Amino acid sequence: MTGKQKAWITAVTGGLLALAIFFHFTGSQELKSSTLIVSTIIAGVPIALKALQALRMKAFSIELLVTIAVVGALFIGEYVESAAVTFLFLFGAYLEARTLEKTRKSLKDLIDMAPQEATVVRDGLERVIPADEVEAGDRVLIRTGGKVPVDGRVAGGRAHLNEAAITGESVPAAKADGDTVFSGTIVESGYLEVIAEKTGDDTTFARIIELVEEAQDSKTKTQQFLEKFANIYTPGIVILSIIVYLFTRNIELTLTFLVIACPGALVISAPVSIVAGIGNGAKNGVLFKGGESVEALAKIDTVVFDKTGTLTKGRPEVTAIDAFGGDAGELLRMIAAAETASEHHLGRTIVEEARNRGMIGLEQPEEVEIIKGHGLTAMVGGQRVIAGTRKLMAENGIGVTPEAEAAATAREKAGNTAIFAAVDGQLRGLISIADRVRPEAKDAIRSLRESGVKQIIMLTGDNRHAAALVGKQLGLDEVHAELLPEDKVAFVKKLKQDGRRVAMAGDGVNDAPAIATADIGIAMGAGGTDISMETADVVLMADRLDQFAHARLLAKATVRNMKQNTWFAVGTVFLLLAGVLLGKIFLASGMLIHELSVLIVILNAIRLVRYNGGKRKRKPEGVEPFGPQPAVAE
Amino acid sequence: MKQVVLQMEALTCPSCIKKIEGALGKMDGVEQAKVLFNSGKVKARFDDGKVSAEEIEGTVKKLGYPVLSKKVS
Repeated sequence: MTGKQKAWITAVTGGLLALAIFFHFTGSQELKSSTLIVSTIIAGVPIALKALQALRMKAFSIELLVTIAVVGALFIGEYVESAAVTFLFLFGAYLEARTLEKTRKSLKDLIDMAPQEATVVRDGLERVIPADEVEAGDRVLIRTGGKVPVDGRVAGGRAHLNEAAITGESVPAAKADGDTVFSGTIVESGYLEVIAEKTGDDTTFARIIELVEEAQDSKTKTQQFLEKFANIYTPGIVILSIIVYLFTRNIELTLTFLVIACPGALVISAPVSIVAGIGNGAKNGVLFKGGESVEALAKIDTVVFDKTGTLTKGRPEVTAIDAFGGDAGELLRMIAAAETASEHHLGRTIVEEARNRGMIGLEQPEEVEIIKGHGLTAMVGGQRVIAGTRKLMAENGIGVTPEAEAAATAREKAGNTAIFAAVDGQLRGLISIADRVRPEAKDAIRSLRESGVKQIIMLTGDNRHAAALVGKQLGLDEVHAELLPEDKVAFVKKLKQDGRRVAMAGDGVNDAPAIATADIGIAMGAGGTDISMETADVVLMADRLDQFAHARLLAKATVRNMKQNTWFAVGTVFLLLAGVLLGKIFLASGMLIHELSVLIVILNAIRLVRYNGGKRKRKPEGVEPFGPQPAVAE
Repeated sequence: MKQVVLQMEALTCPSCIKKIEGALGKMDGVEQAKVLFNSGKVKARFDDGKVSAEEIEGTVKKLGYPVLSKKVS
């Protein structure tokens, strides 16, 4: 029987019940009774059928208990009760289905973003085929408004992509030749040709969905406990009802016990919260591996961060250009032209900066000589360019004035690498490069502290100077520099031994061992790399720290919600039992309370679907919540 | 060893999980049966020499749960 048929039967029996009430007030008892019996049969048959089907498979079901109760009620002539119980049972199931759908909405929204078809070029012809049938190596075309149907590499065209399906981030990202694109993302403007690498169920998008589905069905300890309770509760109540019957011969009381034997709200109370919470996370680019991860993240009191790529952007950037008596732009253009010949990451950073500033058609450098670890010399447009370290300047006999030296030292103290730039034997300026702290890092750390994290620690393999600076900028409690990956593992272990509940956040690749050691491992900016998705308990898909803060708040809200539901459900069970024993609750009212309690826990969980981390409560800008600057451990 | 994934209508009562998992688990050739309650899916790993995906689908249907789609891999 399908959901639609059930809805119909519910509607018909509802109508019959209304009719029975009408007959009740017009005083036609005969008509009332027969209407109720008809209603009971219409609603009862599908329930009995299901009970039978289960019985045939040697499976026990709640339907069986309800069927026995209803038959019993008919037998003793309690038509009102029998009609009400069957109606409430079906109506309750209907409402539960509708409301449960809402708790699962986030994931469904995500699944709906799955690409259906793809335009591929085969045998020189464009063809539209189902997305599942694209094969690795196919050339796929995506036009404005289209969905990328595969994971692959751009091989033509440029476009702005909305990657919300993967990262939860709706600000479009620019993509051009060589960039990786993910299935499920949408071309907002432009045109792309993509060579398919992963298709169908292997795409990051498909794996996210599978991961979330599995996570939503993983069981937390609370849930396991509740299920154990339910496993004892149901047979216990059934036996109790038999005992009650043997001793009191009170059929009505016995049947009432059968009706309340299904611990619906109890079994569903914890999972609905987890489902809604995990779903909310998935939609915002936060993947929880399971209910356990949610509970663990809610409990942590210490957060350990890796520096490079986690607290900082992990990509060096040009932070300042000091031109001595010339034009900074002109100097950058000149140096960038020379550096096009360099493979060094600092050189590339300078070239990238020039491109970002719209400098196109950089001149081709000639007579390039690369001095490893120090820089390079080259001819650009007939002028001799030297860019690199102090030592390189000295070796080439270029004078560094005390003023220039002071400027360079100041830049270095601020955490930069200063590159000296000379043209035609004259020192013309400094280009400073640094790996900047993420702009959202400070807010994210503040939010973590507000959510009850007591200590925030940074571990890094980087040098002390750079580490201390980041620690100071972000107001971290402890900074430990020059560590090897195994040192990080040892450090996390020690924290755990001290009784801390530790979360470790890193990029998921270098930090995989430490992430695996912590109570809860968080991989940042994964964008779907396999290692991080496997090692970490929580994966932040976008390269943004504020997702961490959201994850923590969401985890706490989910656990809170779960606790409310559990207490409510347990309370209801005892209330029902007491009510039945005191003779206040009978078949219909028992079923009503039962169904209501189920609905209430579901409705409570639905609140989590819309949870946004209490963003409205954010402190006004400019408030410094840290108090005195914490000491930086050197 | 093959895997079949059945997409069902939304499941509402958690007791369905035990019912379906129990019934499939008793089938000869079914290695592991798992009901994903929240996504309304049934996943079963089975030995295709002993039992077919259609038979698994049939058991679920006989239990009273309509199967919307089936994917064997």
